Amino acid sequence: MIKKYYCFFKLRFATGLQYRMASVTALTTQLIWGLMECLLFKAVAEASGGALPMNYPSIVTYIWLKESLYVLFNTWAADNDLFAMITNGDIAYELCRPLSIYSMWFSRMTGARISEALLRCIPVLVCSFLMPKTYRMTLPVNGTAFLFFLLTLLLALGITISFCMLVYMLCLFTVSPQGWRMVLTGAVEFLSGNIIPLPFFPKKYLFLVELSPFAYMQNVPYRIYSGDLSGAAMYPYIGKQIFWLAALVTAGIVVWRRAAQRVIVQGG
Amino acid sequence: MKSKKRNIKENLTLYLKYASVCTQSVMEYKLSFALMLIARFLIAFCELIAIKFLFSGFTQLGGYTYGDVLLCFAIMQMSFTFAELFGNGFKTFSGMVRRGEFDRMMLRPRSLVFQVTASHFEVGRTGPLFTAIITLALGIRHSRLHWNLMTVWTFAAMIIGGTLLFIGLFVLEASFCFFSIEDTSLINVLTYGAKSHGKYPIDIYGKGILRFCTYVIPYSLIQYYPLQFLLGKTDRWYLAFYPLGIVVFLAVCGFVWRFGVRRYKSCGS
Repeated sequence: MIKKYYCFFKLRFATGLQYRMASVTALTTQLIWGLMECLLFKAVAEASGGALPMNYPSIVTYIWLKESLYVLFNTWAADNDLFAMITNGDIAYELCRPLSIYSMWFSRMTGARISEALLRCIPVLVCSFLMPKTYRMTLPVNGTAFLFFLLTLLLALGITISFCMLVYMLCLFTVSPQGWRMVLTGAVEFLSGNIIPLPFFPKKYLFLVELSPFAYMQNVPYRIYSGDLSGAAMYPYIGKQIFWLAALVTAGIVVWRRAAQRVIVQGG
Repeated sequence: MKSKKRNIKENLTLYLKYASVCTQSVMEYKLSFALMLIARFLIAFCELIAIKFLFSGFTQLGGYTYGDVLLCFAIMQMSFTFAELFGNGFKTFSGMVRRGEFDRMMLRPRSLVFQVTASHFEVGRTGPLFTAIITLALGIRHSRLHWNLMTVWTFAAMIIGGTLLFIGLFVLEASFCFFSIEDTSLINVLTYGAKSHGKYPIDIYGKGILRFCTYVIPYSLIQYYPLQFLLGKTDRWYLAFYPLGIVVFLAVCGFVWRFGVRRYKSCGS
């Protein structure tokens, strides 16, 4: 059973590797973007006279991780082929396959994201390690932090994808999916710490965000890697990551069951 | 002379006609339209909140107060929104070439620029405008500006100049399609990147970036320099007229566009 899903993963992975030129332009984009953010936070660090909620080298590392692994957590423009399937009716073929659509789409999206991320992260990471000292990416604080980084990265990816899946499933109930998708995923950018890292949120707002699954996406692995989150403080975050992953996957499957009963394919 | 005047009037009528047809087609999907509008508003609004959160840790960023940054953000956001509204055709130009739409336009007795801009007017782009207006109101309240005719002029010049600058960049992006089939995401940095990072006055990013934004792509003509005058940081009044320099930039973009059109070969479809 697992083997079939592995095939979908591999297929999408291979397709992702096709676009090499696009990744050169993406590299430049990401580097410029990252550098501009570093410059901004340098100004912020100077303005606040060292009293930052996150120390400056951690922020720089956070920014570079964010830029290099951007595609893993992109809720914005990813997975357009799934959307096309819903709107153009190809979903009918998918329904014919003797597989669980949820697991099939889940593995396909994971494959696509990981292949794209692997291809794109290496050049960005290499460049970020070669930056002038003020803007340079650092190595993880220690080996354990790195292992925890990998673990939480995978959990975070799972949460992000299951959240996206839930959004896609909801789109089966409406004829204007793009609008819903934009509203739901637009807010995530901000709440998951993509615009400014979550520690910069004032306490009471941070408390609210941490009640949602969004605080357990990219925020956790990047902060562990950069040393902002370590030791015993890490464990509640990991626990909540597992909780949200389970909750979102369950919700996704339930919604899918309901949606599957009412999918109407209109001619073709 | 008279016929020229009539020509402008005719074009204007035609533009309005195009715009209303585009709007009508969007309005067929009212819910989708409303959601897009809300989504775009929310995304821009999140950026405003991000500025507010950042400023909870200090009072001045590189010499600019919270109110100053809000004004800067509002002006850039407005410019970009207007540019997207009127120049959307250039933004989606690669699709037009691919679908053969551009080939058809060349057969019609109207200017290409006119057709490209008019045929893709999209009202849904105006979402961030609401954020920009809120930000502007907040910014005006927070940073005590001295209102006079020059202040009004500087505001208007910055917004209109910014709109033209971004339209110019969209034109460059579109012209890129004539020379290369690679994707144009590199130019996206110059448009989206400038919108995102331009919400802070350029000089907080340091001297190097300011130089780039003056001599390579003239962002600072519509942001940094007039802003200095607007915020009363300098009494060099002529800085308020720097946005006029965008006309030169626009001319360069227009030249590249014309050069591209002349070289254009249809890919057949």
